[in-house]
Amino acid sequence: MAKKAQSTLINMLLSLTIIAVVAAAALAFVSGVTAEPIEQAQRAKKEAAVKAVLPTFDRLEEVEIEGVSCTKAYNAQDALVGMAIESKSGKGFGGNLVAMVGLDAEGNISGYQILETAETPGLGAKAGEWFQKGNKGDVIGKNPAEGLKVKKDGGDVDAISGSTITSRAFCEIINNAYAIYQKGVNEQ
Amino acid sequence: MKAAEIIKNGLIKENPTWVLVLGMCPTLATTTSAINGMCMGLATAFVLVMSNIVISLLKSVIPDKVRIPAFIVVIATFVTIVQLVMQAYLPDLYETLGLFIPLIVVNCIVLGRAEAFASKNNVWHSLLDGLFMGLGFTWALTLVGMVREMLGGGSIFGFNFIGGNDGMLLFILAPGGFLVLGYLMALVKRLQKNTK
Repeated sequence: MAKKAQSTLINMLLSLTIIAVVAAAALAFVSGVTAEPIEQAQRAKKEAAVKAVLPTFDRLEEVEIEGVSCTKAYNAQDALVGMAIESKSGKGFGGNLVAMVGLDAEGNISGYQILETAETPGLGAKAGEWFQKGNKGDVIGKNPAEGLKVKKDGGDVDAISGSTITSRAFCEIINNAYAIYQKGVNEQ
Repeated sequence: MKAAEIIKNGLIKENPTWVLVLGMCPTLATTTSAINGMCMGLATAFVLVMSNIVISLLKSVIPDKVRIPAFIVVIATFVTIVQLVMQAYLPDLYETLGLFIPLIVVNCIVLGRAEAFASKNNVWHSLLDGLFMGLGFTWALTLVGMVREMLGGGSIFGFNFIGGNDGMLLFILAPGGFLVLGYLMALVKRLQKNTK
């Protein structure tokens, strides 16, 4: 075995500095190489979510309402058929819950897709399917004008069993999206 | 030390999960399904191999008193590389594991092997040690994940065999993780005793 470098101040300073500089250079390189694919992957995911939550449309238009990026969807006659809004709630059980919410021309929920979740696997993480059409907590087609609430809070949404907090956060997401939607529609 | 011995140590005799009982945080957190456990194990194995190689190469130029910060910088670098690459090329996998990847930095196995093995052995043996410690960790996590997924969700590797989603939720949650880990550890120890 080679003789170990002594723990003198100069040795310690030198070795740590060199290691840190090399590590930083390696990371800068990898970060540079991956920046583009990461952005692409995120954009593809967002675009897929926008398409999934909206009713059939012919043309999309990106707009920004109060700092929230939204996508307005129009049909061939240029009438608004719906809007996709990226909405989030910080009140999830595991932190932030972010979803793409689609609302149709009447303001009814046309679809949603969870984009970011830190909810408990097997419980709150079910939010991705639970509120979809045909499932127990089906919210598709509901109009959130009155504010969406879980049954426990006097609303009509079936909460995920064992995950009332996640369900409340989900309702908040929909309600926030609806508020943005209203502003977006009135702007026209 | 011979290569065969290093392989056996990593996989069974000094298995990081069952025998050394290191890295319990990711073990419990990511084993909610077999596939998550396996991917976490493989990501850790990659970091182990790379950090073991680099630390073994650098062992004679790192002064003793600053070896821990030096090791941590090396390990954190590789973890960040794994994270970025996964985010760029395997976005779906990153979604399920993303939260836990940065935790590999503080996984005691990685630092433990750097300190106990790579800083004292040559590069070839350190590589082997990293690889088989990593694989030992992987099979342990996959097994825990399989049992938890089976009991908690009624499926294995995402393949549902009870035709429903109503497993025993307890096993997906943290207490179930401890229970499964404890019983499996007892079982593995028992089997090891028999083969001795």
